Amino acid sequence: MSEIGDAITGQIDRLLNDGNGPTRLRRLEAGEWLAETWTALEEQGLTLALVPEDAGGVGLSWADAVAIWQVLGRHGAPVPVAEAMLANALLASPVEGVLTLGASDAPFGRFAAHAVTEAGVRPVTGHTPGLNLAREPRDALRLGASLTAGGPSPRAMRLGLALLRAAQMAGAARHALNLAVEWANTRKQFGRPIGKFQAIQQSLALVAGEVAALESAVGIAARAVDARGLLDAGFEIACAKIIAGEAAELAASRVHQVFAAIGITEEHELHHFTRRLWSWRDEGGSERAWAAEIGAEAISRGGAALWADITSRDVRTA
Amino acid sequence: MRFDIPNLPEGTDALRANVRAFLAGYDWGPAVRARSWMGFDRGFSRELGKRGWIGMVWPKEYGGHERSGLERTVVLEELLAQGAPVGAHWIGDRQSGPLILRLGTEEQKRRILPGIAAGELAFCIGLSEPDSGSDLASLRTKAERTNEGWKINGRKIWTTFAHLSDYMIALVRTSPAPEGGSRHAGLSQFLVDLRTPGITIRPIKDMLGEESFNEVTFDDVLLPADALLGREGAGWEQATAELAFERSGPDRVLSSFPALSAGIDAVGPEAAVPIGRLVARLNTLRGMSLSVAGMLEQGQSPAREAALVKDVGNSFEQHLPEAIRALLEPEDTPPALRALLHDLVQLSPTFSLRGGTREILRGIIARELGLR
Repeated sequence: MSEIGDAITGQIDRLLNDGNGPTRLRRLEAGEWLAETWTALEEQGLTLALVPEDAGGVGLSWADAVAIWQVLGRHGAPVPVAEAMLANALLASPVEGVLTLGASDAPFGRFAAHAVTEAGVRPVTGHTPGLNLAREPRDALRLGASLTAGGPSPRAMRLGLALLRAAQMAGAARHALNLAVEWANTRKQFGRPIGKFQAIQQSLALVAGEVAALESAVGIAARAVDARGLLDAGFEIACAKIIAGEAAELAASRVHQVFAAIGITEEHELHHFTRRLWSWRDEGGSERAWAAEIGAEAISRGGAALWADITSRDVRTA
Repeated sequence: MRFDIPNLPEGTDALRANVRAFLAGYDWGPAVRARSWMGFDRGFSRELGKRGWIGMVWPKEYGGHERSGLERTVVLEELLAQGAPVGAHWIGDRQSGPLILRLGTEEQKRRILPGIAAGELAFCIGLSEPDSGSDLASLRTKAERTNEGWKINGRKIWTTFAHLSDYMIALVRTSPAPEGGSRHAGLSQFLVDLRTPGITIRPIKDMLGEESFNEVTFDDVLLPADALLGREGAGWEQATAELAFERSGPDRVLSSFPALSAGIDAVGPEAAVPIGRLVARLNTLRGMSLSVAGMLEQGQSPAREAALVKDVGNSFEQHLPEAIRALLEPEDTPPALRALLHDLVQLSPTFSLRGGTREILRGIIARELGLR
């Protein structure tokens, strides 16, 4: 990660670590727009983070971007700043304000001024509300005429969203694991913290392995995008989204098991993260969809090509 | 823990191509490919030694080739991807050699390392005992000082390839654990020439009906003073550091890879989703393994990272033959693939045993998380 990326990541973490995290997510899920959070993050330059410096942006790498998205995921991503960051990365020239991606199931679409579609940047003129299972807004939008001559390809948007969600899932899963560790060290049964029991230790160690694999897969994908661009990093992004989907099932079930009843209460913050894992795995292509793509490719290339194909994708960074 | 992917040095593309071209000259059957680093073939190890692909990172004065650790990793990956029979030099190259290089005397280094690098000397690891498995500090084989050196008595068990090896590096007790002190104190490592009188090696048949591991009995075995490896009493620290080498390599991810490449050719397009999941996991775990190799190359001691990668890697290696089997009816499975799967299914229980059990590794990961 670059120095500036590192600084921005730390800044966002401090900003969102204000003790109001769960309250924010509750407000969002009740239908509120968190204007002050959006403004604070926009002021960090996040919406322009992936735009090159000569186009007025911050010029961060995709490796920096996934680090930022992981931090946002650790805080439940209460505003669509990651989506705006991605949308601007896909545009020839960036757009100010709240931006969403696509016209259907548009993340936070009701709060967006513009949507980025294949046709270009289009003003949002109305919406039919929709929610994913995490109760995040996913709206069907009515859009005005495009303000630009064309927009990103559906493939680029899907790849970008897959990487974004995989990175956020890495953050959400990491946070859920941290919560479970903290709980296991505090909650006492049979006269000692439940984290002293090997059954709990082994279970959470398994989650730690999956979360580490997911973080690695996201890092590998970002490295590939930095080296070859989004459209030529489809394999690595597919891998990241597949691992994300698989890690989500395991991490969510195990951390809930550790928390038992308290973890499924509305009052506890855990569900904000497990419900996001269950939602985000379906967005930007499910693990099934991505596995079908790279699996078909592997089968058509044949077993003898498999290893050579994997090593031929090795990236050398400057 | 972070698993950043290292840049493979420029020259590795050509090196990879060389190894690949060399391996293309072999046409191993499923029995060899299934065993790979668990298969013993001195002739093949000598061929690798001639090409400079053993002891790659060691100094030239000890028979090494002064290549980087990542170059070595590239060679290991290529060997494992083909299921090459590398067991005769694997332990020497992976852990015994590095241990001797780090802690051995000048004389030990000159006597032993060139032989390993040439593919001539085979090593085994004397850790487990009949009453000491995961609880290694409880081991009871002991070495007592004599006028000329040491006298060893006791028994090692589950020692892979002891019956085919030249040397064992044995962890034994040289003084009792101090009362109320650390159970890990008082252990030392010895470089044992397996031809020494008093050593009895009895192969133990495994469930495949093969002899791969052994019981090794030490009955008043007299060793010279210079058989001590490293510092007396520092055996635990030395052996633990050695485990970081043992646990970190691509052999913890790729052991059953030939089942995936062969399986892909046997399934139809309807298997795309499960194949895609396996490929995604393979690519990710291979990256994590490379990342640990990169940390070692930078002089770090990624013992905990290696434990994590071994755990997720072993689970994948173990699952892979089952996953391929689940895609094909036995009668539709080509005979060579069927033979490969039969062997791998029987070999795979050892993946999460050797080099530290799954439970021990997860205990290490849990401690790293802040539990216990």
